[in-house]
Amino acid sequence: MTQANQAINPRVTSPAEARIQQQSAADLASVLSKKPRTLWGDAWRRFRHHRVAMIGATVLLIFIIASIFGPILYKVNPEALDAVNLLSKPLTPGHLLGTDEIGHDLLARAFFGGRISIAVGFVAMLIAVSLGSLVGALAGFFGGKLDQLLMRTTDLFLSLPQLPLLLLTVYLFRDPVTKALGPEKGIFIIVVVMIGALAWMSTARIVRASFLSLKRKEFVEAAVGLGVNERSIMFRHILPNALSPIIVAATLEVGNAIITESTLSFLGVGFPPDTPTWGRLVTDGSQFLQAAPWLAIVPGVLIFLTVLSINFMGDGLRDALDPRQRQ
Amino acid sequence: MSQYILRRVLISIPTLLVISFIIFAVLALAPGDPLAQFAVNPAIPESTRQLIRQQLGIDQPWHIRYVKWVIAMFQGNWGFSFQTKAPVIDLIWQRLPQTLQVVGVAYILAILLAIPIGIISAVRQYSFFDQVATFFAFIGFSVPSFFTGLLLMLVFAIGLHWFPIVYSSTLEITNWSSFVLQIRQMTLPVAVLVVQQTAALTRFMRSSMLDNLPLEYVRTARAKGLAERVVVLRHVVTNSLIPVVTLIALGIPTIFAGAIITENLFRVNGLGQLLITAIQNSDTPVVMALTFIFAVLTVTFNLVADVLYGVLDPRVRYN
Repeated sequence: MTQANQAINPRVTSPAEARIQQQSAADLASVLSKKPRTLWGDAWRRFRHHRVAMIGATVLLIFIIASIFGPILYKVNPEALDAVNLLSKPLTPGHLLGTDEIGHDLLARAFFGGRISIAVGFVAMLIAVSLGSLVGALAGFFGGKLDQLLMRTTDLFLSLPQLPLLLLTVYLFRDPVTKALGPEKGIFIIVVVMIGALAWMSTARIVRASFLSLKRKEFVEAAVGLGVNERSIMFRHILPNALSPIIVAATLEVGNAIITESTLSFLGVGFPPDTPTWGRLVTDGSQFLQAAPWLAIVPGVLIFLTVLSINFMGDGLRDALDPRQRQ
Repeated sequence: MSQYILRRVLISIPTLLVISFIIFAVLALAPGDPLAQFAVNPAIPESTRQLIRQQLGIDQPWHIRYVKWVIAMFQGNWGFSFQTKAPVIDLIWQRLPQTLQVVGVAYILAILLAIPIGIISAVRQYSFFDQVATFFAFIGFSVPSFFTGLLLMLVFAIGLHWFPIVYSSTLEITNWSSFVLQIRQMTLPVAVLVVQQTAALTRFMRSSMLDNLPLEYVRTARAKGLAERVVVLRHVVTNSLIPVVTLIALGIPTIFAGAIITENLFRVNGLGQLLITAIQNSDTPVVMALTFIFAVLTVTFNLVADVLYGVLDPRVRYN
């Protein structure tokens, strides 16, 4: 190292100066030998140190893996009826979490419900976030008349009575969509589309605000100067820089969508009675609150833990992606 | 200022018209016939069915029906329920008090709880109290409210027998003991809404306080030698309340939507329960009226929030 140092600095005079230069060269070398720190690397480092967020991420991951692979390991048919074991307690042989009033296995149904609930959450979020990003990007980038039109529409959607309208549309259009697309797929699509269609507004506002400030930055000017077309500037240059708040909003939206879907199921307007979503299981179980309270508690706790994990993750992501906003 | 309010009120009229048009279109274009129950009944001849259609006014194209609905609504005529044949407005007046009672009490309690908790949380940031409050707030908005309701029902109604499971809508308050009964049966539905609303409001209050605490006017107040109590309560809290008050106004439609869930859980015969039964019975006039009322609530309180913000914060300029 010393030799290398002297090779770089042939005109070394005093020993003190030599020491300083040696030191700085060593620093430089250690910095250069490390991998460069990226924005996402920094964010990941901060997220990893957010203990609650890591717990949330772990629990969510476990739930996702369990609902995908659970049915493979726990080979009980969720549709099977066990006429001997009705309303049996958890830990009954053959039924780890007990059975309902007609002998359905609760754990098998909870796995199945998890698939639906988590899938609804993610797909509805994707719809809401893509729609919101598109509207916000167009409004923020082009401004003027288009901006006014899109923001008026956003305001209008924010004034719509969410829950009543959701109940109404899902209830009224459930039958025709089911006929057209099949029972499970049809309901899934209408629930997810309606939740997404009534939840994109906050993302649109966030994205619009980011676009308004980013489109005046030098890198955008440079891209314009290089003759990059508008679509690439919007989606390749500006959008990636606006991702942090979108990711946070998207995470929280997954939780909201899961709660909304379970509420629809609870009010008898979501998936049909024979589809065991978590919300549906709570409703069905609530009729046996006295005799078999676990029937409602288990799926309810599953919804709660999933959404809580997602909210904790959202909190951690907010701190990790935007440390200035940290409180 | 008054010009701004006038303009906002004028804008909200077309907004409400568009919203009512959307709701009307959804209801009209949906397949399914309110007369479906008659359709399968062979005892009713086609001519009678046509007559019923005419009486209910559903023999005309839907855009004409919409115009008629708007005109009638402005004249205070909300139509008649297909199901009970009673005027919709009467049904709403009948159900409104129960909803207002539960929603009103719950919201006041939530505000009274959330503001002090938010203040203490912010002043003692990261203290044990703050951590606990934050944790409970996270729980509060991660539990679906129907599940909070079920758990409360399980513990306090079924387990401890402190409160009745089902709300009795026929109870009349005539003396002290019936008043106590009313309070007891209201407790659980109110509690569900309180949990949900307190969680959100506490977070708002806390973060608004945290925005204000590091500002210079706070340092000035301390430098003047004011007691910390006075600095926090008179200076920081009053300023922090500005955005919170607007959020309280914005939250009013949400708590009414929350009532849809609690009323169905505890069988409170309020507007939320009326809406669900009307949807399930394809009782279009009732559904239309109630959904429209929810839209009016949302638009009105958006307006109230905007105006309040300007009244309370002189830095906001309307143009």
